[in-house]
Amino acid sequence: MSLVPPVLAGDRLALARLLTQLENETPEGLQDFSALYSRTGHAHRVGITGAPGTGKSALVNRLAMELRSQADPPQIGILAVDPSSPFTGGAILGDRIRMRDLSGDPGVFIRSMANRGALGGLARTSSNLVAALDAAGFGIIFIETVGSGQAEVDIATTAHTVVVLDAPGMGDSIQALKAGVLEIADIVVVNKSDLPGAKTTLAALRATLGLAPAARNRDSESAWTPPLLLTSATTGEGIPKLAGAIREHRRVLEQSGEWMIRERERVEQEVGRLLRERLAENFLRAQPDGLYEEALRKVLAREASPGTVVEQLVEGAVAAA
Amino acid sequence: MAQPKIRVLIAKPGLDGHDRGAKIIARALRDAGMEVIYTGLRQTPEMIAEAALQEDVDIVGLSILSGAHLTLVPRVMELLKQQGQQRVRVMLGGIIPDDDRPKLESMGVAGVFGPGTSTAAIVEAFSRAVEPQVLRATEG
Repeated sequence: MSLVPPVLAGDRLALARLLTQLENETPEGLQDFSALYSRTGHAHRVGITGAPGTGKSALVNRLAMELRSQADPPQIGILAVDPSSPFTGGAILGDRIRMRDLSGDPGVFIRSMANRGALGGLARTSSNLVAALDAAGFGIIFIETVGSGQAEVDIATTAHTVVVLDAPGMGDSIQALKAGVLEIADIVVVNKSDLPGAKTTLAALRATLGLAPAARNRDSESAWTPPLLLTSATTGEGIPKLAGAIREHRRVLEQSGEWMIRERERVEQEVGRLLRERLAENFLRAQPDGLYEEALRKVLAREASPGTVVEQLVEGAVAAA
Repeated sequence: MAQPKIRVLIAKPGLDGHDRGAKIIARALRDAGMEVIYTGLRQTPEMIAEAALQEDVDIVGLSILSGAHLTLVPRVMELLKQQGQQRVRVMLGGIIPDDDRPKLESMGVAGVFGPGTSTAAIVEAFSRAVEPQVLRATEG
């Protein structure tokens, strides 16, 4: 039974079921997703990333409350990703603990997601779940990544606007941020401004950012300089300002044409990945039994390097054992 | 297609502040490969039902040590039903007098676990409770 009509009619249970189907990549789910796809493209996808313990969930909670209290509030979807155990595949998804203020608001939908082994800070299927929330009519979708430090930058292609969080007392996290995550920031936030040391962290980040604008924005059409903001999810300080900066970033993206450039990057990456997966799958399925195993055996026995056996497989030069 | 995971919501309704048991269960279920949404202390039945809906869980595990189980459990079950979530199994842990068990079971509670229950027994009960459902999801 298709979940498309109830999802479009605003049935939250149907939406929840569809999200599960997409997470499990079931054939019915993917079919419904195709039917819904023409409805996507309206939501502002806002990524929230930063090291563990910087207060991502609490900040999303406050931001959503702020946006919902404004005139003509948007419907808000939240996708919160936490890590799966690499050993058992199980996960504890605890982001809702910090989002209890949003409970009971019918204009907010929160979904927790395990990353199921993906390394980029999101799950493999996160982007599809975001698109489903988009099709279901959520105007702003917050995507909270796994607590991350350096290279978890999938969020850069999944979101239109990336908010990178830091907090006082994170020590060398500033150093860690320098190389990767800070480069994808459209907005930089020092959260926990109520704690001592926040001003020091702010000054250190200002010095880092002052050396060169984030690479992603330096080359863009938008001439957007990532603002550096101080917030406290506990007291609410700086939250209206952050909400304003997120809205302003969307306006600048749209006006400059950068919105479409980012959409194109995302589509290119998604289609490219699916194409690679599909081709590899088809290729392996078409191989005679045992050939792939034989290729693996050769590498294990150090008779050939991984690159060589792939070359041989593609050229049809591995002999079946 | 990815292997479906058993999704569980662990919640503490009511006002008692003892969440050690709930956390131990959450951890044991995680170690058994389940995806456990942990919502923390002092949840109302409404909050629990809403979270169960948004998260599309297979099982709701309630931890109650306050003695209010005969009020809280039927309320959660009623809300789940109102939302069309009859398929969700409800499990209960905590300080539950033996005399109350038949009542809880007749309400449809799938399992009641008191002090001293081994985590292995709980994991097994959770797995068994959803087996047919997860299989159905796999078959589509």
